[in-house]
Amino acid sequence: MIAFAILMVAQVANGQAPAGDAPAAPVSEATTTAPATPLTVVLKWAPLLLKGFIFNIVISVASMALGTITGLLLGLGQISQRKWVAKLSWFFTQFFRNSPWLVLLFFAMFMIPFQITIGSVTIPLPDWFKAIIGFSLPVMANVSELLRGAIRSLPSGQWEAAESLAFTRTQTIWKIILPQCVKRMLPPWMNLYSLITMATVLASIVGVGEMLTLTAQVHAAEGGRPELFAPLYGFAGLCFFAYCWPISKLTQRLERRFNVKT
Amino acid sequence: MACDVASVDAIQSVGCWILDNTGVNLTILHDEFDRNRFISGIGMTIYLSVVSLFFSLIIGVVGAWAQGSDFRVVRWLINGFIVLFRNTPPLVQIFFFYFGISNLLPYIEDADGMRAPLLTNVQWAIFSLSLFAGAFNIEIFRSGIEAVPNSTKEAAAALGYTRLGTYIHIVLPLAIRVCLPALNNNLVNLLKTTSLAYAIAVPELLYASKNIWTDAQNVPTMMVVLLLTYVALVGVLVWAMNAWERSMAVPGYGQGGGR
Repeated sequence: MIAFAILMVAQVANGQAPAGDAPAAPVSEATTTAPATPLTVVLKWAPLLLKGFIFNIVISVASMALGTITGLLLGLGQISQRKWVAKLSWFFTQFFRNSPWLVLLFFAMFMIPFQITIGSVTIPLPDWFKAIIGFSLPVMANVSELLRGAIRSLPSGQWEAAESLAFTRTQTIWKIILPQCVKRMLPPWMNLYSLITMATVLASIVGVGEMLTLTAQVHAAEGGRPELFAPLYGFAGLCFFAYCWPISKLTQRLERRFNVKT
Repeated sequence: MACDVASVDAIQSVGCWILDNTGVNLTILHDEFDRNRFISGIGMTIYLSVVSLFFSLIIGVVGAWAQGSDFRVVRWLINGFIVLFRNTPPLVQIFFFYFGISNLLPYIEDADGMRAPLLTNVQWAIFSLSLFAGAFNIEIFRSGIEAVPNSTKEAAAALGYTRLGTYIHIVLPLAIRVCLPALNNNLVNLLKTTSLAYAIAVPELLYASKNIWTDAQNVPTMMVVLLLTYVALVGVLVWAMNAWERSMAVPGYGQGGGR
């Protein structure tokens, strides 16, 4: 699944390179003819902007997948019986949960090298890949905390019953505790997904070519008229709204159905 | 490097010692200019948080009150506001207000007779952060208000309180206690969201740090310092809010004793 997501990102990222140069041609056109109304400008560039939006979604899915897997490991580490593992996992969880997402993104962008060399093989690490890692750090910490909360909210009778049935600790966790946690974790997990989707626009600040970057480029290509800012950014907001609102509705419905207090 | 200055104060000499002995270039210690930039960055982050916190609380209280209104239009408007602001990226909101709306508003003349925008970037940052956090606060206060038993409100009505009077003197003090944990979470979130003001060049902590690491070429060091500073700021806020939560706890209400 991750491999698929990464492939998707690569494809979209490659598709974007020419798209970024494209606005050069229509500029001369726009200056010679009468200025277009905001609506026609938005409609004209909507396909390009939507392509950027798909890139945002791919980043969010990939970092959510990566963050969830590492977060579950970290969460299990938090309930480990080895004291130092539990302490260390707790520290990492709190550290990444309490720092702003933008700062973590900066951290990933500047601290991860642009390529790594293993033996004679050099693997380039493009910007979008570093952005995915940057977003998966806060996801990891939040999932870890969700898992700990879910496990703590289970009645301790579950553990005792499993023990009396001669389950080992590993078996108890995998066969009894974690399946029950899924139901408790799903609504907040979806909430987190919608938050990370909305956070992907931060990547534009560190120079990844996603929707807001394209929006700024489109604005420049249309002659940089100040009255175009509101419709263009409004369109970007609308796209995210159309994607995140159904998710939040679904989350609310699931919360009601599972009747789990979050 | 910068350590040959004539008059060194205590902090400067610590910074120089670290640089000489470990090679860690903490310019915020041994360089006075960088130190002042960093401190004013922290100050701006705190200022942004406190002011937006204040306005977002007001939005939350007023919004939650209006949501219980008898007029359907008012309720509908408030719900639209919440849904819209919760489901769009805060950065897009900031850009929308700072670039979009700011350019549609009339300009004013500043002291030198230059054309200046009606609101500065700091004010726009406060404006959009307050709206963003306020949208969450309305929901949080509403859940707290719903937790207040109807019989309490009826008792207040029987004692001759008006709807507003009941809200201010009876419902709100109880509701705040009920929703404090959720409110804490949101305020911590607000503090973290202030870093987005970086995008519109508000000189807050992240912006100041970026300037420092571009000038001093000490990216990894400043990065770690920046992360630790934010963790410390959030830590202080969480500690203070938890203390407040404990002191406000109603005996025999909720989980009692502030958890």
